[in-house]
Amino acid sequence: MGMAAVESQFHVLAVDDSSFDRKLIEKLLQKSSCQVTTVDSGYKALEFLGIESNDPNALSTSPQEVEVNLIITDYCMPGMTGYDLLKKVKESSAFKNIPVVIMSSENVPARISRCLEEGAEEFFLKPVRMADLNKLKPHMMKTKLNNQKLEEIEKPLNVSAAAAAAVEPEIKDSAEVGSKILTLQSELEPKQVHLQVAQQEEQTLGNNNKRKSMEEGLSTDRSRPRFECVTTAV
Amino acid sequence: MLGLGVDRLQADINRLLTSLFHQGVLDEQFLQLQQLQDETSPTFVYDVINIYFDESEKLLRSLRLLLMDREFSDYKKIGLHLNQLVGSSSSIGARRVRNVCVAFRSASELNNRPGCLRGLEIVEHEYHYLKNMMHELFQLEQQRLLAAGVRYPM
Repeated sequence: MGMAAVESQFHVLAVDDSSFDRKLIEKLLQKSSCQVTTVDSGYKALEFLGIESNDPNALSTSPQEVEVNLIITDYCMPGMTGYDLLKKVKESSAFKNIPVVIMSSENVPARISRCLEEGAEEFFLKPVRMADLNKLKPHMMKTKLNNQKLEEIEKPLNVSAAAAAAVEPEIKDSAEVGSKILTLQSELEPKQVHLQVAQQEEQTLGNNNKRKSMEEGLSTDRSRPRFECVTTAV
Repeated sequence: MLGLGVDRLQADINRLLTSLFHQGVLDEQFLQLQQLQDETSPTFVYDVINIYFDESEKLLRSLRLLLMDREFSDYKKIGLHLNQLVGSSSSIGARRVRNVCVAFRSASELNNRPGCLRGLEIVEHEYHYLKNMMHELFQLEQQRLLAAGVRYPM
């Protein structure tokens, strides 16, 4: 399955400690044509995303193989509240661009403004309805477009060794540009190298083998530069 | 018998639902639930309401145990259980159950034990009434499906 097919649907991560509410939100999201993953706690959400709860910048062994376009979470949860989860996501350089929506059955204005100030896109009062979810499409579209722009940035680089050399002037002798790029990995600017490496990955490994490329010792920071590139390109 | 069976059952279902809306037992949120049901999840309403029953009965049992204890003083815990009941009852459109839970919660906020006991009785009563009505509704739906199945053999 190509990248295009995978990215044609929005993927939402729904977090709620109540199995009843999880079933409801899952159905609502499916009805809105979204792909849904549900978890029952903030900790599991962080785990799924690949954020270690004590180190926001570390990646787990299985980082974002599936893109998450939106996180929707209940506010009142034992241990880590929805607000705590929101903070952790916004503190993470890799995931802070993912829109977060908070749900609550209680209408507490102070709580609502606190969440919005912390960066939540929306605050929904339960029971959540289809009409509420329709408000989310623009937010999810934004992250999708950002990711697609990134794909477009990477594609032109996937041209030739000459082009690669031009982008990376520090490569003097380039008999095998491919291997040169890999060996010079530690010496060059991480951001630029990751683009090159990503290009190599696209060429040789295919889109579905991100995990494999991690195991082969290439950069594990694939997801971070994506967002960094977005900010510099846009 | 075939065609008439389906139509008559549908009429019974509509009558029951109308009555429940009229009594305030159910509200428009229940309709929202029904709209979520489709070919990909043909038993969605049934499944969700059964989860609601399971969770609610656990909460009600817990509430009864708490209040029956002579040494009882944990009104906060009662409040937490009731928050869950209020939330899930609104989510399925169980308007009356939700309202009596809110009243019960007010009594717990005042640390009023007799008020809480009375509140629990009323919630249990409303809950069981709702449950019986839902069972009746599901039975009619089941019969209608069977009748429709006979009418349109696969």
